[in-house]
Amino acid sequence: MAELKQTPLNQKHREANAKLVDFSGWEMPIHYGSQLEEHHIVRRDAGMFDVSHMLPVDIKGDGVRAFLKKLVANNVDKLQHTGKALYSCMLHEGGGVVDDLIIYFMSESWFRLVVNAGCADKDLAWMETQRDKFAPGLEIKPRRDLAMIAVQGPQAAEKLWQALPGSEELTRPMKPFTAVLVGQMFVARTGYTGEDGFEIMLPEKAAAFFWQALLEAGVKPCGLGARDTLRLEAGMNLYGQDMDETTTPLESGLAWTVDLKSERDFIGKESLQRLPIGRQLVGLLLLDKGVLRAHQHVHTKEGAGEITSGSFSPTLNASIALARIPVGVAVGDEVEVEIRDKRLKARVVKYPFVRNGKALV
Amino acid sequence: MSIPADLKYTKSHEWARLEADGSVTVGITHHAQDLLGDMVFVENPTVGRKLTQGEECAVVESVKAASDVYAPIAGEVVAVNGDLEASPESINKDAYGAWMFKLKPDNAGDLNGLLDAAAYQAHVDSEAH
Repeated sequence: MAELKQTPLNQKHREANAKLVDFSGWEMPIHYGSQLEEHHIVRRDAGMFDVSHMLPVDIKGDGVRAFLKKLVANNVDKLQHTGKALYSCMLHEGGGVVDDLIIYFMSESWFRLVVNAGCADKDLAWMETQRDKFAPGLEIKPRRDLAMIAVQGPQAAEKLWQALPGSEELTRPMKPFTAVLVGQMFVARTGYTGEDGFEIMLPEKAAAFFWQALLEAGVKPCGLGARDTLRLEAGMNLYGQDMDETTTPLESGLAWTVDLKSERDFIGKESLQRLPIGRQLVGLLLLDKGVLRAHQHVHTKEGAGEITSGSFSPTLNASIALARIPVGVAVGDEVEVEIRDKRLKARVVKYPFVRNGKALV
Repeated sequence: MSIPADLKYTKSHEWARLEADGSVTVGITHHAQDLLGDMVFVENPTVGRKLTQGEECAVVESVKAASDVYAPIAGEVVAVNGDLEASPESINKDAYGAWMFKLKPDNAGDLNGLLDAAAYQAHVDSEAH
């Protein structure tokens, strides 16, 4: 087996007794003792995640905007103010999802994309191929020299300001889904938890020092286990589980991120317009006792489906899931989920399940 | 690592204790709960069910994953720990106190075929490598 890659924070995780696991080829903390406690800390106070395995990619040169209008399914013309961020899928010609990513508009000659760790190599190759075809003058620059720390929770802002004196003036006015440069730090008001917070990219050499400052400000380290239950409660898709190259965004609860109204021609658009939509992504709440898990079969009045992400929800104290099922099944309908040798009852619900600390189902 | 000397163990990480009344109490080990993480759901066998040795008979689920529990020896289920339904996390707090079910063994001598504490410790060590 290939050696696992390590982030600049690996030593900090070891000092904190993290349980380290292989995550997409990276040695990452799954928890530091209790995944449940870490989950609650983010809902109630402030926690931090090492997300340095994710890859920032800078696209620079003349005509980045025009290139991105071709490359991704959402419309970067929604980005008109410096620092504004946009969530989008990047599709292949068949309409399947190559990856989902966040795009930051810094200037007409500099956009920053952040892509999933497990897709990074594939994404770079794909972007370079498209660049060569449509915008050969552009530079695509992977930023492996940057670490990334997500500080999340209702107290995230206060504690960030404690840890980083002088940052309050610049970051207090920030709206969700925007970014500013604070010295050498790229501070974005984004996250993957459904809480307020920041994702901060910074030089890898500064990562351990900054992590320590956050620790001393009372921000608790949280592992990827809690990150997964938080994002599921927040109703956020996970690439590779809830969507991949075999599913379109329209079948993945991501129609809101696809711009089919404008004249703009993006990669995958023709397929999205042509293909019938037979499946939908829905939220499930388990009514019987048990735990929903990915790949369990779902039985509905319209036919069979499958859970794509499922877990125990620490906030709701119940089990929830995202599932891909036939269209025609509506919110409020009951379905059955096969768990081991039983069929358990679940209800189709709207998601997000939890937002800003509050249960929504 | 906590492995009480007075219990018997299986390679699949159950513990078993012979009680004064001849019944055998079963749970999962401290090591097993540590591997699984925070427990959120326990499904016990029904009382009266007859189990063969090694039979899948219960499930423990943590936030992370579901894991089967196997009968350490053959016998009939005579009691289950109903408290675990409301507080599965008690397995994390005290794996040897939070028992799962009790068996009336077909043959109490079967316990002698299980691992003692030293052999279980060696088994845990070997799995870590």
